[in-house]
Amino acid sequence: MTASSAFPPALVLILGGLLLPLLRGYARSIAILALPLLTVWLVWQLPDGVSLSARFLEYRLEVVKADALGRLFATIFAIMAFAGGLFALNQPRVAELAAASVYAGSAVGVALAGDLITLFVFWEIMAITSTLVVWSRGSENSYRASMRYLQVHLFGGVLLMAGIVAQVTDTGTIAFTAMTPSTPGTWLMLAGFLINAGAPPLSAWLPDAYPEASYSGTVFLSAFTTKAAVYVLLRGFPGAEILIYVGLYMMLYGIVYALLENDMRRILAYSIVNQVGFMVTGIGIGTEMALNGAAAHAFTHIIYKALLLMSAGSVLYMTGKRKCSDLGGLFQSMPLTTACGIIGALSISSFPLTSGFISKSMISQGAVDEQLAVAWFLLAAGTAGVFLHAGIKFPWFVFFQKDSGLRPPDPPLNMRLAMVLFSILCIGLGVWPQPLYALLPYPVEYAPYTVPHVVNMLQLLLFSGLAFFTMLPLMRRTLTITLDFDWFYRTLGKWVLDRAATLTGKALRRAETEARTWIGVLIGFVFRHHGPEGALARSVQAGSMVFWMIVLLGAYLVLYLV
Amino acid sequence: MIAAHLPALQVVVPLMAAPLCVLLRRPALAWALTLAVSWVVLAIAVLLLLQVLETGPVTYPLGNWAAPWGIEYRVDMVGAFVLVIVAAIGAVVTPFARRSVEHEIPRDRIYLFYAMYLLCLTGLLGIAITGDAFNLFVFLEISSLSSYVLIGLGKERRALTAAYRYLIMGTLGATFYLIGVAMMYMMTGTLNMADLATLMPAVADTRTILVALAFLTVGISLKLALFPLHLWLPNAYTYAPSVVTAFLAATGTKVAVYVLIRIFFTIFGGVEVFRINLIGDVLMGLAILAMVSGSAVAIYQNNVKRMLAYSSVAQIGYMVLGVSFATVTGLTGGIVHLFNHALIKCALFMALGCVFLRIGSVNIGDMAGLGRRMPVTMASFVVSGLSLIGVPLTVGFVSKWYLIQAALEKGWWPIAVLVLFSSLLAVIYIWRVVEVAYFRPAPEGGPAPAEAPLSMLVPMWLLTGASVYFGIDATRTLEVAGGAAAFLLKGTP
Repeated sequence: MTASSAFPPALVLILGGLLLPLLRGYARSIAILALPLLTVWLVWQLPDGVSLSARFLEYRLEVVKADALGRLFATIFAIMAFAGGLFALNQPRVAELAAASVYAGSAVGVALAGDLITLFVFWEIMAITSTLVVWSRGSENSYRASMRYLQVHLFGGVLLMAGIVAQVTDTGTIAFTAMTPSTPGTWLMLAGFLINAGAPPLSAWLPDAYPEASYSGTVFLSAFTTKAAVYVLLRGFPGAEILIYVGLYMMLYGIVYALLENDMRRILAYSIVNQVGFMVTGIGIGTEMALNGAAAHAFTHIIYKALLLMSAGSVLYMTGKRKCSDLGGLFQSMPLTTACGIIGALSISSFPLTSGFISKSMISQGAVDEQLAVAWFLLAAGTAGVFLHAGIKFPWFVFFQKDSGLRPPDPPLNMRLAMVLFSILCIGLGVWPQPLYALLPYPVEYAPYTVPHVVNMLQLLLFSGLAFFTMLPLMRRTLTITLDFDWFYRTLGKWVLDRAATLTGKALRRAETEARTWIGVLIGFVFRHHGPEGALARSVQAGSMVFWMIVLLGAYLVLYLV
Repeated sequence: MIAAHLPALQVVVPLMAAPLCVLLRRPALAWALTLAVSWVVLAIAVLLLLQVLETGPVTYPLGNWAAPWGIEYRVDMVGAFVLVIVAAIGAVVTPFARRSVEHEIPRDRIYLFYAMYLLCLTGLLGIAITGDAFNLFVFLEISSLSSYVLIGLGKERRALTAAYRYLIMGTLGATFYLIGVAMMYMMTGTLNMADLATLMPAVADTRTILVALAFLTVGISLKLALFPLHLWLPNAYTYAPSVVTAFLAATGTKVAVYVLIRIFFTIFGGVEVFRINLIGDVLMGLAILAMVSGSAVAIYQNNVKRMLAYSSVAQIGYMVLGVSFATVTGLTGGIVHLFNHALIKCALFMALGCVFLRIGSVNIGDMAGLGRRMPVTMASFVVSGLSLIGVPLTVGFVSKWYLIQAALEKGWWPIAVLVLFSSLLAVIYIWRVVEVAYFRPAPEGGPAPAEAPLSMLVPMWLLTGASVYFGIDATRTLEVAGGAAAFLLKGTP
């Protein structure tokens, strides 16, 4: 069924991941590191256009189709799989490593899918394997969180599938090209994509599930699902205006909740929503500059967010604690982790000379070019807010602040290496952005380092830093639980459903009783012989069936004869 | 020479073999005979399908009595497809049956079991092959009576009540069908389906015919367990021996759907009936109720067999939904789901047969840790379960794809969403089993159950493999189903 001989890069990680549990010791470690590298190599061997197709039903699937955008995302997904694997080498649960590998592979598959059906297949594999990553931590909490996570994603999958079928019915083609949300099919697909991006009203799945994974699992999770969603939005809905509003909302949502949060990894999870909000806004703006910015920001975001979660994961791994109120003063014994955490924090706040600066500013520039003043102000406010919650709050409360008395050493070598690698990438891309710019889908004529821009950014960051320390007493977190939208479906929804079930049950029973007595007069003869008087359960059942037969027959007769 | 008599042989071979089984008496011999017969039957069915694909419908006047007077066997695309489904399931279930039957049925009754099994096969094949409305009733009764006995052979005594209740309901259904046929005979003077189809337009608007249609619809709805007439099915499937459940779940209701299609599209000329009489709307409403309520009820079942029985109710909803669209896409989806669901459900019930053989229970609570103890069986359950949900690359996806497309072609959004919603419910009930089998520790103490014997694993995996194979390469099944749908909608018999 294959039309050409190229080996799909996604399958390297997927098949390799499935074989991981069979390997032991060094062989496993080598496989974990070699598979992503092989994937990167294969991705760069692909010529532009379709290099693997297959027949399915009456359609031609374009299983592997490469272009600049797809290659960019496939590359960063594979790099992420490498660094995440390096960080997770001493993770004893092989199930997590295997699931993460397949998860990364399916993300690569999404990035290289040329048609909607292939996209959907990889999309669903991604949903299932990411659930397994959450679940494989093995605690009761993570199990429950993974199940909630799975439900949201299956629901997203249903929307996507319905959208795809509708789109195919409308257009007659399964090609995955740029669309505008105008028909029900495209709206449904957009909704399915947005659920994975962590868009409202279902954003809560992300901060709910990600922090429940293991110290290494969260690192993987932060990279693939939301960024794959960014990728499909980039390809499928560039310039859809609604995305600007959705993105701005996500940005503010992430900041507010991150500021209220006490769990260090939940802070970072909320900041994923916030950062994806920047990208979604960029996609909504839809100019070449903004789209480039969104793609570049996804690239750099994967790196610095993974770096932040690695440093948080190292802290969790060494101390077993995750709440800001339990931590503090760790810089004394974990200097490297602190340094890497700060580099990540500076990058996410788009400090000049870090990777965040060179990518996020492209999105703002896109807003400026389009004269979107409100969007630009909100983006600037968002940047300040990011600095507050992720740039200062996270390193301050975890590594400095009061002395918690904890004196753990830096984590093992492989984890340190992974952090150093990504720190170098953060700084490197910030200083030499050109290699990244060369990979972007559209030609880049943009110089991030102009005097006004740098000064502007520094002012913004310094003032928000000032604000943080002035308001420090307000920022200090205590053990609180913040209610999010998920209260509606986790608590209220359950209550409503239970009530509805009871009420409809009652109503149905009453309806049947009434109908029985009512029609009973007409069909009393049949009823007397099979009715509930025959106390035995079986005669009630048989009677019930005969009752329904008569009802149906009556209904048909009325329908036909009228 | 023999090729010309294939339609007759299709039914006569298993019919003659049934009394032979009784004469042989020895369980091993009866099984061997059944095995040979079921394979011969499959060969005949495949040959017939090839013949139909090549030359169009095959007719066979029984005893050389010409058509409208004598009984005519008539194999067209739909019929041949259903014949292959039934025969293939029969051929796969028989090798599976040997160990399971030894375990679940007293030794002195095994030969009776195989005799009944062959009779049931005869009846189901006969329904699909005959071109005569009354003859169809006869085969319906042959298959029904033998299936009452088969269900009653279940180990628990509740099997008897289940069979008895099914007997009462089934008889009512058959009677309704017979009343319908009699009314048609009254108006047209013929029982031959092709003949009925040509005479029907002239009398189509008379009250008698409309009443006949109502009786036929209700009678067949009961046989195919269409909501709300499904109440006999869960108990019958739950308490029947494992083999019987696997066989009937894959064939019994499918053949009933075939009869429904036959009546609407061949005898009543399809589209006209649907347009005038709201029949499509009623069927569609019931089908949707079946899809949603069947799946919802399945979630709360603790007996896995019962759970799958309710899931069958839901899946029947899918098939009837496809039929009720009365479009080529919808009918294709319905017909292809006949085949796909037969594969899926048969494999699932076979897996439960293996489980029952080893741990003596199919309650969800007793299946803890089975994923490690019976890995091959449970892996098959998982793959078939995924197919039931409709994951891409399985047959379930193909059916779902066509049904949703059919709904969207007509612009009926809510229905497409409901189809998907119901498949989400399937995720939940399949997941419940997966969770218990893989993520709960096996109970301490007691002997660890071994993997099921090879004679059961091979047939089960054959079906599981088929449900993946035809999910990836659906060209052949869709060609036949699509051809059948187009043929039926032409309105000519």
